[in-house]
Amino acid sequence: MTALQPGARLEARDHLETEGPGSSSLPRVLLVKIGSALLTLFFVLVFNFFLFRVLPADPAKNLTRNNALTASQLAAINKTFGLGRPLPQQFWNYLVQTLHGNLGRSFVNQEPVAQLIGQRLWPTVLLVGSSTVLATFFGVWIGIRGGWNRGGRFDRTSTAICNTLYAMPDFWLGMVLLIAFASKIALFPTAGMHNPAGGGTGLAGLADLLWHLALPCTVLTLVYLAEYSLVMRSSLIDELGSDYLTTARAKGLRDDQVRRRHAVPNALLPSITLIMLNLGFVISGAITTEVVFSWPGLGQLSYIALNAPDYPVLEGTFLVFSAAVIAANLIADLLLTAFDPRVRNA
Amino acid sequence: MSAPSAPPAQPAARAAGTAPSARQIARVRRRRALAGYWREYRKDRGGMIGLVILLALIVVALAAPLLASSSGLNAAFATYPANAGPGLHYPLGTDADGRSVLTVLIWGSRISLLIGFTATFLSIVIGGVIGIVAGHFGKVIDNLLMRVTDWFLVVPFLPLAIVLAKTLGPSLGVIIFVIGVTSWPGTARIIRAQALAVETRPYLERSRALGAGHWHLMSKHVLPNVMPLLLANTILTVAGVILAETTLSFLGLGDPLRPSWGEMLNEAFFTGGGAAGNQLWLLAPGVAIIVVVLAFTMCGHALETVLDPKLRER
Repeated sequence: MTALQPGARLEARDHLETEGPGSSSLPRVLLVKIGSALLTLFFVLVFNFFLFRVLPADPAKNLTRNNALTASQLAAINKTFGLGRPLPQQFWNYLVQTLHGNLGRSFVNQEPVAQLIGQRLWPTVLLVGSSTVLATFFGVWIGIRGGWNRGGRFDRTSTAICNTLYAMPDFWLGMVLLIAFASKIALFPTAGMHNPAGGGTGLAGLADLLWHLALPCTVLTLVYLAEYSLVMRSSLIDELGSDYLTTARAKGLRDDQVRRRHAVPNALLPSITLIMLNLGFVISGAITTEVVFSWPGLGQLSYIALNAPDYPVLEGTFLVFSAAVIAANLIADLLLTAFDPRVRNA
Repeated sequence: MSAPSAPPAQPAARAAGTAPSARQIARVRRRRALAGYWREYRKDRGGMIGLVILLALIVVALAAPLLASSSGLNAAFATYPANAGPGLHYPLGTDADGRSVLTVLIWGSRISLLIGFTATFLSIVIGGVIGIVAGHFGKVIDNLLMRVTDWFLVVPFLPLAIVLAKTLGPSLGVIIFVIGVTSWPGTARIIRAQALAVETRPYLERSRALGAGHWHLMSKHVLPNVMPLLLANTILTVAGVILAETTLSFLGLGDPLRPSWGEMLNEAFFTGGGAAGNQLWLLAPGVAIIVVVLAFTMCGHALETVLDPKLRER
């Protein structure tokens, strides 16, 4: 389990399922949902603005690592950030700049924050994407197998293992694997995404990348697999007593046909929704794993910015992480509306 | 077991020539309900194991000064070799400062549990108040509060906590505050749903007709009814909070002077001592965290099952 609130995420799913729009006309539903996502994004922007510019007693000093500054330097910073202007005007400027993709410059190396984030996006997407696909596949499989034969040997073992994995800080699992399989037995590289001496090109380069990806991807897969299989298991168990399963059996279908054609499709929907919703959180949840494996993604960028401290970068990554959650929420919501008539007509 | 002792309360009041007061009746009824819950809870094996582990851990945390002298925490007076494996005086080896890992672990349990309980308390109070108020007043207030709750649900917890902890500075209080104010939305939603259900019950209408104010309705009628759910939620929240604390401390946002288990992991990893020297330095806090979180989760699920018999099938 990551540091996210598991209850909160389950709640988010309930919210999607219960709070239907008043009308069932599809374009209006879409409009309302997209509008509400944009509103949330706006709240995030407001929060971001106030936290980094208004909360600290002296923003100029706070923005420059509290170093001793001369009066002229302070004046220059105040001018760059427009700190002398009235608050609403400052906020308007910030909004316009952010919407134009200008997230400011890093204090450490003066690079534009948007560019830094752009460079770090792909490794995070690769890590999170590959582990989500693996965790979904194995998690759903374990959940189905355990839930269908509830209380059996497989179910008891897998539930115990998943509960333990769920209680584990992901970075600790990462450190243990790192020490075991990279330090003690030098099976995998200890850090980074490519061999510093050059991993080669073409197939050799790909093999090098996968070799570096193996451990961090395993960590995230195991941690999320635990959660997904527990959810899949309980949503399958919810379906077990349903009348339509009795009907299917009465028709003479074999046990695995009842499972595959009737129970699983119904149980799959809440799980897939949760996985989609989770995707937004996984991106920021990978921070610690990226730190442990020095994976050059957004998480490591935030960690470096946190220690510098490099506020514009921290602000930029926070915006990206929040936007990811909002986008994942919206996509999950839209998919659910498209696939589940019960939600559409709620 | 307080159930057998419950009935005499009423005859005693009657013997004194007065009818039992409303408060006495409520007390007796609640005691009976609690006894019933406990009887159900005891049947849950996982819940009992979790409870025993938790009680043992609380005893260890409280008795820390008896188990390991606090002078062993001071790196300046540490006499053991650095990064050593297990030895006679240090069963779990030593850290990079030459302190016994077991001593730091025992004292760390105090900090981890302290943060776990206080941050949870903060989170539950915020979530409970918002849930009950939203459920009670409804309409505009409900809408407004739920909008705020939704926003907190959507904002990714870890970056928000990092940003808050960084701008406010590293200290125990800040960590508690940050986790408390970021982890309440789930509770608020659950409690609101339950409060809405309670609000429709006839005795609330009766109470309202008798002239009860908002405060009376919320504190005397809604709160006692959502209390069991709030308790189950509290226990599950502690598990999440301890993990959150571990993560923040690992990233270097904890209080270095009062090391928690997360802080130990931070030091063990970033000094390289956990990898090169004494692996137990890195393994022990992690195992401790897993055990605590599992124990809280088992207790919380057992309590949930007691409250919601539908879950018993799982």
